[in-house]
Amino acid sequence: MILLKLSLLSLWNRRVSVLLTIVAIAISVALLLGVEYIRKEAKVSFLSTISGTDLVVGARSGSVQLLLYSVFRIGNATNNISWKSYQELAANPLIEWTVPLSLGDSHKGFRVLGTNQDYFKFYRYGDKRALEFAQGQAFKGVFDTVLGAEVARKLGYQLGDKIVVAHGTSEVSTALHADKPFTVTGILKPTGTPLDRTIHITLEGLEAVHIDWVAGTKVSGYSISAAEALQKNLQPKVITAFLVGLKTRAAAFRVQRDMNDYKREPLLAILPGVALADLWQALGMFETVLRIISGFVVLAGLVGMLTTVLSTLNERRREMAILRAVGAYPYHILLLFIVEALVLALVGCLLGMILVYVLVWVARPWVIAEYGFYLRTWLPDLTSLALITVVVGLALLLSLLPGTIAYRRSLQDGLTIRT
Amino acid sequence: MKVIALHQLQFRWPQQSHDTLRLDELVIEQGEHLFIRGASGSGKTTLLNILAGILTPSSGQLHVLEQNITQLSNAARDRFRADHMGIIFQQFNLLPYLSVLDNVTLPCEFSRLRREQAMPVVATAQTLLEQLGLAKAITTRVITDLSVGQQQRVAVARALMGKPELIIADEPTSALDSDARDNFLQLLFTQAEAQGSTIIFVSHDPQLSRYFPRSLDLQRVNPA
Repeated sequence: MILLKLSLLSLWNRRVSVLLTIVAIAISVALLLGVEYIRKEAKVSFLSTISGTDLVVGARSGSVQLLLYSVFRIGNATNNISWKSYQELAANPLIEWTVPLSLGDSHKGFRVLGTNQDYFKFYRYGDKRALEFAQGQAFKGVFDTVLGAEVARKLGYQLGDKIVVAHGTSEVSTALHADKPFTVTGILKPTGTPLDRTIHITLEGLEAVHIDWVAGTKVSGYSISAAEALQKNLQPKVITAFLVGLKTRAAAFRVQRDMNDYKREPLLAILPGVALADLWQALGMFETVLRIISGFVVLAGLVGMLTTVLSTLNERRREMAILRAVGAYPYHILLLFIVEALVLALVGCLLGMILVYVLVWVARPWVIAEYGFYLRTWLPDLTSLALITVVVGLALLLSLLPGTIAYRRSLQDGLTIRT
Repeated sequence: MKVIALHQLQFRWPQQSHDTLRLDELVIEQGEHLFIRGASGSGKTTLLNILAGILTPSSGQLHVLEQNITQLSNAARDRFRADHMGIIFQQFNLLPYLSVLDNVTLPCEFSRLRREQAMPVVATAQTLLEQLGLAKAITTRVITDLSVGQQQRVAVARALMGKPELIIADEPTSALDSDARDNFLQLLFTQAEAQGSTIIFVSHDPQLSRYFPRSLDLQRVNPA
C-alpha cells in the first residue's frame, strides 16, 4: 500500500513528463485499437457489400473475377450471357427474382450499369438494407438515369441534368454516345458500397446508344437519333451477369448446380457471401500490415515511457537512498518502478480507449452521412482487452530495466547519497 | 547494553590491494553518544555503511545491539536496520512529494516494530515535531518551502520515530550556520536521550566533538 502511495505521489511530483508519457501511450493505444476497429468495420462493410442476393451468375470465369466486375465494378467480363439463356434460367420455379446487369460503358471514370427497375426493388446491402433515394426516383423512360451518391457529389449533378455515356471503361474516352444523352431522374443515398460510384441506366437505353454501333465502333455515315431509336426493338441481346434471389435459401446449391451445368453456354454461379469471404482472405495482407504498423507505434510509445523513466533515474537516486534509509528493501525499489509502469500503462490504455470511443462517436454521423459506411459505436471487446493486456504486460517487462538499475544502485550506494 | 561492539574489523573492496578500513576495537554502550571525526577519504562512509549493515566487513567481528549482524542474510540485515536504526543525512533528507507528516511517519510504514513503538503514529510524529521546535503549521507545508534547518529537524523527527536504539547521523549540520547547528544538536541530544537512543555522529568538523561524551578520530585509529 505504501508503495502504491509513494509511486502515485512520486508520479504526481513529476506530473508534466508523466502526463506527456501517458499521452504518448494513450495515442499509440488509441491507434492500435482504432486500427483494429477499422479493420473489423471494413470487413463487416466489405462482407455486406451485397446481401439478400443468393447467387450471382455470369459467363464462366473465376469466382473472384465475377464478383469483382458484377459487384465491385472492377475489371471486365470476359464474356456475356445471351438474353435468351437469361430468360430461360430466370424461369426456374425456385427463383423468386432476378436482376439483369449489363456493364461496359462509363461516364467520367464512373462505371455505367444497365439494369431494370427490379434492381432498386431487390438489391440489398449491409444488414439487408434496401436502396433509398436521396432525390427523385427510379428510372421510367429509356433515357433516364439514376446516380450513385458519390457520382452526384463528385460531379455536382442534380435532377434533370443531362449526361453523356462514353463507350468503354477507360477514364479518358473519346468515343462518346453524344447523340443520346440521359436525364438524371434519381440520386441514391450513400451506401458505402461500390454502388455509390455507379451510374444506373436502363437496359433499353444501353441498347439504344449502341444501336448504330457495330463491333465497338460507330458506323460512319449511319446514325439513328434518340427518337428513332425509341421506335426500334430495344430488347437487349446480351447481358453481363444477373443477380438471383431464391424462394428459399436452402435451394441455393441446387440452383447453383443447375446454372453451372447449363448446356447452352458456359456459366458460373457463385454464392456472393462465400466469394466475398474468399476475396477478403486474399486481401488479408493489408490487415496484417496495418496490425504490424500499429504494433510498432505502441512499442514506440512504450520505449518513450522507458526513456522518460530512465532519464529520471539519476535525479531519483536520492529518493531511493532515502527510502532505503527508512527501511525499504531493495526489492521495494524494484517494485516501485513496476508499480509506476503499471500506473502509466493502465492510465495510458484507459485514456487511449476513451480517445477511440470519442473519435468514433464524433466521426460516426459524418461518415454515415458522407460515405454511407455504417459504423458501429466503439466498445471494448475481447480483442481490444487482449491487446491492452499485451501493452500493459510489455510496459511491466520494460519497467524491469530501470527497476533493476535502481535496485542495483540502491545496493551499491547504500546510505550514501550520490547526486 | 552494548550498542556496538567490533573487534579486529577489516574492510577491503573487491579487487583492491589495500584495506579501506581497519579498526582494532570499538565498543559503544547505550547512551554513549559517539562523535566520529573524519575527512573525506578517511573511511567514514565505509564505517557507517558497515555499522548500518549495508556492507559486510571482510574480516573481524561486529555486534550491533548484541547481535552478530555479519551472520545475517541481506534481507535480515535490511530488516534489522529498519527496526533499530534511524538515519539522518547531510542534506535533502526528505521526499519532496510527501507531506512533512508523511515523511516523519515513513519508517513506520516499513518497520512494524517501529510502528508499534510509535503508536499512535500521527500523534507521536506531531509531538516529536513540536518538541523539535517545529510549529504545527509546518506539517502542512510543502517540503521544498522549508528552510534547510527545518528540513534537518524533520529528518531528526523521522529518525527518532518508533524509538530506534541507534541514530546514525552523517554530517547533518554541515549545511547549517553555527547558531542553527548548536540548536540542532541540543534538540537531537534531548530527544534521543528522552527515548534512550544512542547517537553515532560523523563529521569532518572537529569543533563538534565537544558536544559528545566520546569521540573518535578516524584518521588516527584507521591505519588503512
